[in-house]
Amino acid sequence: MGWTIRGRTGEWELVCGLEVHAQVISKAKLFSAAATAFGAEPNTQVSPVDAGMPGMLPVLNGFCVEQAVKTGLALEAEINRVSIFERKNYFYPDLPQGYQISQYQKPIVGRGWILIDLPDGGTRAIGITRLHLEQDAGKSLHGAREGVTLIDLNRCGVALMEIVSEPDIRAPEEAVLYLKKLRSILRYIGTCDGNMEEGSLRCDANVSVRRVGDPNFGTRCEIKNVNSMRFVAKAIEYEAKRQVDILESGGVVEQETRLFDATKGETRSMRGKEEAHDYRYFPDPDLLPLELDEALIERLRAELPELPDAKKARFVRQYGLSAYDAGVLVAERAAADYFEKVAAGRDGKLAANWVINELFGALSRRGLEIDACPLPAEALGELLDLLAEGTISGKIAKDVFQKAFETGRGPREIVEAEGLRQVVDAGAIEPVVARLVAENPQQVENAKKNPKVVGWFVGQVMKATGGKANPGLVNDLVRKALGLE
Amino acid sequence: MSGLERLGLVEAKRLLARREISAVELTRACLEAMERHRRLNAFVTETPERALAMAEAADGRLARGEAGLLEGLPIAVKDLFCTEGVRTTAASKILANFVPPYESTVTAKLWAAGAVLLGKTNLDEFAMGSSNTTSAFGPVINPWTPPGQEPPLVPGGSSGGSAAAVAGRLCPAATGTDTGGSIRQPASFCGIVGIKPTYGRCSRFGIVAFASSLDQAGAFARSVADAALLLQAMAGFDPKDSTSADLPVPDWVGGLTGRVKGLRIGIPKEYRLDGMPAEIEALWARGAEWLRAAGAELVEVSLPHTRCALPTYYIVAPAEASSNLARYDGMRYGLRVPGRDLVETYKKTRGEGFGAEVRRRILIGTYVLSAGYYDAYYLKAQKVRRKIVQDFEAAFARCDALLTPTAPSAAFAIGEKSDDPVAMYLNDVFTVTVNLAGLPGISVPAGLSASGLPLGLQVIGRPWDEATILDVARALEEAAEFRALPPLLAEG
Repeated sequence: MGWTIRGRTGEWELVCGLEVHAQVISKAKLFSAAATAFGAEPNTQVSPVDAGMPGMLPVLNGFCVEQAVKTGLALEAEINRVSIFERKNYFYPDLPQGYQISQYQKPIVGRGWILIDLPDGGTRAIGITRLHLEQDAGKSLHGAREGVTLIDLNRCGVALMEIVSEPDIRAPEEAVLYLKKLRSILRYIGTCDGNMEEGSLRCDANVSVRRVGDPNFGTRCEIKNVNSMRFVAKAIEYEAKRQVDILESGGVVEQETRLFDATKGETRSMRGKEEAHDYRYFPDPDLLPLELDEALIERLRAELPELPDAKKARFVRQYGLSAYDAGVLVAERAAADYFEKVAAGRDGKLAANWVINELFGALSRRGLEIDACPLPAEALGELLDLLAEGTISGKIAKDVFQKAFETGRGPREIVEAEGLRQVVDAGAIEPVVARLVAENPQQVENAKKNPKVVGWFVGQVMKATGGKANPGLVNDLVRKALGLE
Repeated sequence: MSGLERLGLVEAKRLLARREISAVELTRACLEAMERHRRLNAFVTETPERALAMAEAADGRLARGEAGLLEGLPIAVKDLFCTEGVRTTAASKILANFVPPYESTVTAKLWAAGAVLLGKTNLDEFAMGSSNTTSAFGPVINPWTPPGQEPPLVPGGSSGGSAAAVAGRLCPAATGTDTGGSIRQPASFCGIVGIKPTYGRCSRFGIVAFASSLDQAGAFARSVADAALLLQAMAGFDPKDSTSADLPVPDWVGGLTGRVKGLRIGIPKEYRLDGMPAEIEALWARGAEWLRAAGAELVEVSLPHTRCALPTYYIVAPAEASSNLARYDGMRYGLRVPGRDLVETYKKTRGEGFGAEVRRRILIGTYVLSAGYYDAYYLKAQKVRRKIVQDFEAAFARCDALLTPTAPSAAFAIGEKSDDPVAMYLNDVFTVTVNLAGLPGISVPAGLSASGLPLGLQVIGRPWDEATILDVARALEEAAEFRALPPLLAEG
């Protein structure tokens, strides 16, 4: 994207990688049978395993493993046939075992990549370093009551995929595009719902800067808590500029963990290198090495749906869409499916226009997701058929769309019930034209000098017929009546 | 005093089946013996009411012909197995009032087989020790302590309470756990049989963890047949423990013959330690001779990495323990000693909740896993552990079972080695290798020391081959004719 920071002493380049924690879609936790539903009463979804009770043992949830493998396959990544769960040891009240079971030296998924869609229609590859499975911790609620911290263990033990990117991101906006694409892929394959507000998708950013042309990396800071699409770019940009300021004034960037404060729009130090934890990772002796067999991997590969990039390419090819429109349509699988139902047997470009402009507009005005769309794809298709048949005009079609969207009634039913059929009978329009010509002699004169006035007559006829008259036919009749042919 | 408490499991089972005695009578006899010998401090918690209720229910099933494998047989359980509704302390102050809302898989199997819970036996705190002197509930006294001797003898550890209870005829059998010798060494010190099966044979679910890759449940009894019977009921695959093996449990009870004819018995030369008491050496030679006389072939084998076993064990076990014991933080259950802030609460809770030996091992374990030390200690220990496994694999290519002493000495007095942790750790020299390699091992009483204390011999087998070590142990048992009673009982 050619994004740089112009400092007092020259141009600086951003070097950024993201660590995304994606909550695995699974009814049960990674190592226990407790439920994972969001929003339950505190401490109602906790098994003795999650609570770190004496003698309790973790048992790996095979479905979570399949979800991670699926994700790895969708990222075109190496699937490691043997991976190891390790313990990451630290004390905190929302970590009942005193360690988090994670993967360290041998993660389940190795190198892969993601293509981000740039605004100019182009793409850029961002490398994936690894993906590993780990347990989430519980939640600490500070200050809910004076002088106490309350702990909710519902989230404790829920499966997360930590997805680490290569430091390939060069512009704050690329980080957003990366996150959007990753989220889109995860939602396509159903391994994470991508809900950032509920914390199903969380992001930390590793940020450093270097002078343009310098092949070496600068010292990086890890920015925690950049948990919305809106803040990702802001946090990275702030942090990069902070580092440039330090370097340009002769200072040194300290390797540290920083927290993004969304209200102030700045990052602040959380802990320095000296305070970094020694997690004392070691293989969890309660769990055997995780071995994956080829049959499982092949089954999961076969189950993968068409992914956004492939779908986008096909939309361009099959429906003749622009790369941009195709990109918009494939971002959400449900939207792409909707579009394809509408486009089936119809004009693909027309279908794309209606879905992108009318449908997405109506959904966003109502604050709805495509899954909750009140207008079935079949109904929008029916509307496009009415338009194609010439039963209704484009203008009427927009009205019918609104009515159908709001009421859920079928477009054909609306057209019939409200008598919105386009009038294509010249005999029914001619008297109206004749009357207007007779009533507006001055305009008739004007029209002869200025052909644009023809449009005024057409407009008046449309108005008089409640928009139902076929605009082409009206145009012909008006020109005939005005003697312009 | 009915004397029923002196019955072994197999004999009592036979009498119960013939309805010559009732489970309630048998249980009552044990409860009375427990009361008489409270001085041994073998139990942390006695459960007389539950025991009698369970015995009564067992009598009902016996009468209806619905008897399970251990129907009506009273058992003591090491206080490391979680028992639903019954306090489970791991002999630690930090869990002194902990009552689990769940049952360990092993004890659940025992109750399903009809066994009766007499109580929870004392142990070294979190099973860390070889003398049962680290318990927060005080040391256990070995029933073999000569009358009037002060301080009394230790029963060994960590399952000292279970061993003392079985040796002192407080109960016919008891469960134990063995991480580095915690069943076999106290069995040797107390003159009874103790078996640790192959790692993965019994579920670890619900057993308070010490060192997960080494911990394994096992059985104490006064005969090999009794030990086989108890283990039979404890063993089996458990989907709740990922390290438990999905293998059928052989019929050890029915298959026990004591025949060793044609078996090749390996004598590992590296187990001849410098400075080992001559009587241990003599006992070992006598054991080998008994087996030869019974038709076995003796083979000298080499386990070259034996000398690395103790250091390896004392890296691996504390490393795992330091992590396993992190959950005792005063937040959700157990002891909490409030401080001014979170860190102080942690420090006070763990500082006051854990005894000195547990704190020592947490420190060692934390150290060996620390950045900069991990490779030199933990990783190296894992590599050596692999070598030890290979040693056994090579040895078992040449023999069917190994014969060794169980411990390098007879029971010693309470306090004797308490200020020298390394001397204490040396007790485990013959037993830790077995845990490091995950093998089955059994200790059988084979004779008395010059001072009249029991000494045991250990038989080590191939993975999953408990059947062979039970037969070898049975052969030793027959030859040894160990009939001596601890002075506690000889006194009357």
